[in-house]
Amino acid sequence: MTRMTVVERLETDFESGSVLPCLAVVVVATLYVAVILQADSQLTIIGLLVGGGLAVFAAARLDWISVARHSYRAHERTADTCAVLSVIALALLFHNDHFVLLLIVTVLVYVVACLGLNLQFGYAGMLNFAGAAMLGVGGYTAAVLSQIPSVPTLLVLPAGGLVAATIGCVLLLPMLRTYGHYNAVVTIAFSLLFVTFLEVNGGLGGAQGLPVQPGHLFGWPLNNNWEFAGFHVAFYVNYLAVALVLTVLVVGTVRRIERSWIGLNLDAVRCDEAVSKCFGINIALWKTVAFTAGNFIIGLAGAFFAMLQGYIAPSNFTFSDSLIPITIILLGGLGSIWGVILATIIVIVLPEKLQAIQEYRFLLYAIVVTLVLLYRPDGLIPRAARTYFRGWKP
Amino acid sequence: MEPSVLAQYLINGLMLAMIYSLVAVGFTLFFGVLNIIHFAYGDMFMVGAFAALAAFLGLSATGVGQPLLLILMIVASILTLSLLGAFTARYLILPLKRAPALNVLLVTMMFGTILRESVRLFYPEGANPKSFPSLLPGNAVAFGNFQLRIENLIMLAIAAVTILVVSLLINRTKLGLAIRAVAQDEETAETMGINYTLIVMVTFAIGSALGAVAGIISGLYYNEISFSMGLMIGAIGFSSAIIGGMGSFKGAILGGFLFAFLQIIGAVAMPWASAYKDVFAFTVVIMIMTWRPTGLIGEATSERV
Repeated sequence: MTRMTVVERLETDFESGSVLPCLAVVVVATLYVAVILQADSQLTIIGLLVGGGLAVFAAARLDWISVARHSYRAHERTADTCAVLSVIALALLFHNDHFVLLLIVTVLVYVVACLGLNLQFGYAGMLNFAGAAMLGVGGYTAAVLSQIPSVPTLLVLPAGGLVAATIGCVLLLPMLRTYGHYNAVVTIAFSLLFVTFLEVNGGLGGAQGLPVQPGHLFGWPLNNNWEFAGFHVAFYVNYLAVALVLTVLVVGTVRRIERSWIGLNLDAVRCDEAVSKCFGINIALWKTVAFTAGNFIIGLAGAFFAMLQGYIAPSNFTFSDSLIPITIILLGGLGSIWGVILATIIVIVLPEKLQAIQEYRFLLYAIVVTLVLLYRPDGLIPRAARTYFRGWKP
Repeated sequence: MEPSVLAQYLINGLMLAMIYSLVAVGFTLFFGVLNIIHFAYGDMFMVGAFAALAAFLGLSATGVGQPLLLILMIVASILTLSLLGAFTARYLILPLKRAPALNVLLVTMMFGTILRESVRLFYPEGANPKSFPSLLPGNAVAFGNFQLRIENLIMLAIAAVTILVVSLLINRTKLGLAIRAVAQDEETAETMGINYTLIVMVTFAIGSALGAVAGIISGLYYNEISFSMGLMIGAIGFSSAIIGGMGSFKGAILGGFLFAFLQIIGAVAMPWASAYKDVFAFTVVIMIMTWRPTGLIGEATSERV
């Protein structure tokens, strides 16, 4: 065997693997999710979950997971397209099932919000306990703007993001000056004072909250059911379409940030501030970028979430609610985009489908995260080391 | 403002300050030995109050009279929390010693959620607030219009004595010497024959016992406890310890008094917006953090590189 340079070896690695394994994963996962969403009896669901768990365990034992990983790396674009198509397929399958559609949209919204948090926490290492508060900022912006009929819905979403990013800037100075534990107290204090402020402030509806007017998209009312070729289509399909576009955009952006030199700088800042400083990396700049961009994305998700719910109240954005996205990120694997997606599906869908555990869900989240931290600190899908992509342009 | 009203605010502020200081001292102890933030502490405080309530219900059924009842309640609560604290140190925090600080912070936070949810779900009707018995004498001494209640004085005394005892324990005994040695340098302490794991567990037991005392005082003061009361007190105690300066005993007490003072200022000086007192207090906390990033009395040790 001839000697290979590092680049050549990486390129061989890059080209190896057929497209089939990752397509198989997408198809099987979609079918599995569809069956779980369809299932009604608690016993069936528990059986499916146990079966799924065993199947994953067996696949890990047979080393199929690394095969799929390789295949995904070689055919990323195809696999991603198929994943989007599979969400569309699920939407078509459940086109008239309000509950399931709402569940899928909720998952998508949480994916967006968690990716925003991931920018801060997973890449720049800034732990933000005010995630739910930022979601609330976006939501309240949407609620206020939706009262003005002349504001187009398409503008409400970025407005929510902008307001969240702006309010986040107030926290920037304390966030940058403090580090570690001292950093945590800033966001915790903000998250507590945000909810208290909303509860006692009469102008924004107080503890009762605010209604959000339904949106219009290009003159098309989002809250209307429609009929197509004899099919009744629930209005949640409209929201699903918007959420899917939003998710694709955000996943694309975050992935590009991760793989670009921006991501490289963020990784350096997270791993070791002192060393990055020695290499001339401007820590304050990159933390600002990550925090602001993350808050923008969270605010975006918040604005959409408010429109979806049609009603928001301070109780949706408490400190405990901030723990859910953190749970998702840790469970998925810090910084891992697919990890976030998988963990969101688990954390959001499971308690909804398993009514038996609905009441116990916070307890279970906490136990699961504790176990993950103790025994699998890298999460379900650990983020791979920075990979080499031949000819990949950010 | 009338002097009697002012005096009433002062007593209320002093009560709050004592409760916050107890909790802040606990945070500082944990931070001192292991350099970690024990976020479950607020919920341990809540468990302490519930343990005392359970002990009260059990003991009064067997017909134990006052003042033995109160003492037994305190003992039961302290015992429960000390065991719980030692358990947390041994099985949650020490295993993560080599992990990033973030993971420890999260694991304690999640443990707090486990405690909170367990009380809500498994304590009989745990989701509703419980009324806490008032066990101290209810009479008051009158100074003009101002009624100084005896029970407030007793609670203040209990809190002050507890802080004093812990302070003496840390600064004057051999055990305290071992704790301080571990806090200063773990490896050297071990070379000197100190059982590291044991000392960490003992420190956690002591800190958690402080939480139990704070929980009981808070229950006696408000006459009501609920599963969610730990969240706010944890955040307040943590903020107090932080604005005082982590790792410093005096800083923690200073922070506790400062936070209570801020809340009272928020309520008194802005009567048109007294509902905003917590918003005001936390805003000032964020501002202090911006001004002095490692607290008013700077952190004792420099950053470990």
